[in-house]
Amino acid sequence: MLRRSGLSLGQYFLRRKNRAGFSWYLNKTKMSRPIQARRLEGLDKNVWVEFVKLAATYPAVNLGQGFPDLPPPDFAKEAFVKAVGGENIMLHQYTRVFGHPALVTILARFFGKLLGQELDPLTNVLVTVGAYEALFCCFQALVDEGDEVILIEPYFDCYEPMAKMAGGTPVFVQLRPKAAGAGKLMSSGDWQLDPAELASRFTKRTKAIVLNSPNNPLGKVFRREEMEFIADLCVKHDVLCFSDEVYEWLVYDGKEHIRIASLPGMWDRTITIGSAGKTFSTTGWKVGWTLGPDHLLKHLRTVHQNAVYHCPTAAQEAVAQAFQRELDHYGKPDSYFVQLAQEMQQKRDWLVQSLIAGGMKPIIPEGTYFMMADYSELKSEVPDLPDSEEPYDSRFIKWMIKNKGLVAIPVSAFYGTPHKRNFDHLIRFCFVKEEATLKAADDILRRWRLEKTGP
Amino acid sequence: MLRRSGLSLGQYFLRRKNRAGFSWYLNKTKMSRPIQARRLEGLDKNVWVEFVKLAATYPAVNLGQGFPDLPPPDFVKEAFVKAVGGENIMLHQYTRVFVILIEPYFDCYEPMVKMAGGTPVFVQLRPKAAGAGKLMSSGDWQLDPAELASRFTKRTKAIVLNSPNNPLGKVFRREEMEFIADLCVKHDVLCFSDEVYEWLVYDGKEHIRIASLPGMWDRTITIGSAGKTFSTTGWKVGWTLGPDHLLKHLRTVHQNAVYHCPTAAQEAVAQAFQRELDHYGKPDSYFVQLAQEMQQKRDWLVQSLIAGGMKPIIPEGTYFMMADYSELKSEVPDLPDSEEPYDSRFIKWMIKNKGLVAIPVSAFYGTPHKRNFDHLIRFCFVKEEATLKAADDILRRWRLEKTGP
Repeated sequence: MLRRSGLSLGQYFLRRKNRAGFSWYLNKTKMSRPIQARRLEGLDKNVWVEFVKLAATYPAVNLGQGFPDLPPPDFAKEAFVKAVGGENIMLHQYTRVFGHPALVTILARFFGKLLGQELDPLTNVLVTVGAYEALFCCFQALVDEGDEVILIEPYFDCYEPMAKMAGGTPVFVQLRPKAAGAGKLMSSGDWQLDPAELASRFTKRTKAIVLNSPNNPLGKVFRREEMEFIADLCVKHDVLCFSDEVYEWLVYDGKEHIRIASLPGMWDRTITIGSAGKTFSTTGWKVGWTLGPDHLLKHLRTVHQNAVYHCPTAAQEAVAQAFQRELDHYGKPDSYFVQLAQEMQQKRDWLVQSLIAGGMKPIIPEGTYFMMADYSELKSEVPDLPDSEEPYDSRFIKWMIKNKGLVAIPVSAFYGTPHKRNFDHLIRFCFVKEEATLKAADDILRRWRLEKTGP
Repeated sequence: MLRRSGLSLGQYFLRRKNRAGFSWYLNKTKMSRPIQARRLEGLDKNVWVEFVKLAATYPAVNLGQGFPDLPPPDFVKEAFVKAVGGENIMLHQYTRVFVILIEPYFDCYEPMVKMAGGTPVFVQLRPKAAGAGKLMSSGDWQLDPAELASRFTKRTKAIVLNSPNNPLGKVFRREEMEFIADLCVKHDVLCFSDEVYEWLVYDGKEHIRIASLPGMWDRTITIGSAGKTFSTTGWKVGWTLGPDHLLKHLRTVHQNAVYHCPTAAQEAVAQAFQRELDHYGKPDSYFVQLAQEMQQKRDWLVQSLIAGGMKPIIPEGTYFMMADYSELKSEVPDLPDSEEPYDSRFIKWMIKNKGLVAIPVSAFYGTPHKRNFDHLIRFCFVKEEATLKAADDILRRWRLEKTGP
């Protein structure tokens, strides 16, 4: 039985020999076996490590990795200062393994309303080291060898290696752009799933689908009908849903963020994932959470207690305080969630203008602080190398960093291996940046255009 | 090939059927399979979840879970305040394989080995008889060399070494370390060296870092903890040190699991280490002062436990102490058919009736051996004077009740 995709020929023959005699395998000296566990096969590469290093090496305007260079809101910073510097010294020591009581209590209250569920803080909430660890727990707890996991392309790149590390097989289905109207700018809403194609991905072996709305890198905010279609398939095929909602507060143009766990039949099969880092612009705090039914969360707790165990205490206290403040201001004009979305929408609109001025074709995101853009008009800068192992967009960006001092992320990083090349005319920009950063990017893009088109 | 120990009979037959036809397995409906991954089998129980909850439910003096109720040093606290409140806003913005475990061991090693698909192999530290009238020391607990050597087989991947040892407090001597190192080199085995209590060694003992012994750097991962080093367990900053050819694989796991660690806390730990580097070996070094302070608390607790009728095992390191409470066993009847180890039942009684929390030592043994050591419980003494005084009162009063006025 092939344990996972990508088994090398050498390992295949090794396993065939196994059937002949277990002792043959045992007698191979350890020196000739790889030292690392097989679960790591093919997982060592990471696009971020490479591009973050480049961005740090060259003087460049960094619209690459998705973290704010804006300060977090004062009330969040003050909550953290109070937690670490205040009189309650027990905030420097271990707290409850599955989540600091103050935090799980307020998360249960806050999201219970939004999900239309009575949430028990002790059994329906699990705090994790960032949404990243929440995803890790989902895969390790609920995905086993032979399980298929549906990933909607383009997807946040970690879903694929996490599925593989758990012994699962990723199955891809693509969001595809409808043709935009002539002269009109494309929106992330123009990218859609083909219903028949999506339905065909659900098989007897499908264990879970990963849904990310609002979507990184595209910025799509799935509509209610799209969510309902996915939900119906999950119910029909008895499939779990890992719902990555870290950008839940960053929706623009009056769009609505739908929580799939609130749709009929979905609460019992959905894990909803959130992030303090994205919610409060504090990515360095690394506080995330999962919300879900106890019969699923209990397995995530087992993974968590055998992996990270406790999450940092003071940061959780600070996030609890921050949520209390937002609960008090919910829906009001001075709610941070409201203000952040307004601020980001404006920055989005600035970047759209800059990219157009630079000769690119941006896809207007309905949510998140990411924007994809078609840079085909600039392709003459970097010759194509059809035999190159590296996708074109990756090579283009490396050239752009060194020669133009502007950082973006290649969209091919967000596609499963078979499809990478089909989308290498697109790159992703991050706009949760200070005005000065966006202005500097604007200057670079305009100057670049001038150089290409002449004075 | 059995993937891990504890495979149920049902799963064994499932795998046999696999050889006949992969499709048979696949066609079993999802409804009849457990929803969770098989790697979680047998891993859901956790001693801490149970005892921490109890300690929080009953009014009790908590010498159970290992965390200080003392404040961290000011320079450490200030470093964190500076990191989160300062101007640098960017600080807010990251086969079957066998593993040898030396009993008693920190309980997480066993489920972690199993979750990784490995099989734990146990070897025990055993007490030599203490001299008549003498108190036993953690140094009196030793490995049998032949027994340890016999645990190393062709399929042994790693040994986990924890020195100073939780829960016993043993600080492995150089000769003991060299013996282990020789076996690792001879059998090409890795060493995961958990040294989180490296600064808590008493009576002038020396903490030996096994990675510094001949042949060991290339096969050892050395693990440390800011939480234990600076009395800040809630910061959750730890580290591994080792050769790149091993660490690169840990990096792969890390980047696919947690990815970034919290930024401000790491900045604070860096500042704290800078301060200790400047004061290294001097009387005002926190490492020096903490060890002195803990040694004194150790000695107090020893007296309290003796006064309470228990026989403590004096730890050479860590802030844990095991004690033989056999003299008090009459309080809780034995139930030979009970699934729960006796020491665990005893402590639950002790929490509710005496208001004192400890941890059952059976929690630190692999399943086959749990009952052999259920006459021992573990106390944690990194606690304020008031806490230790309260424990002392409870123990003395308890003794008085048993022996009469």
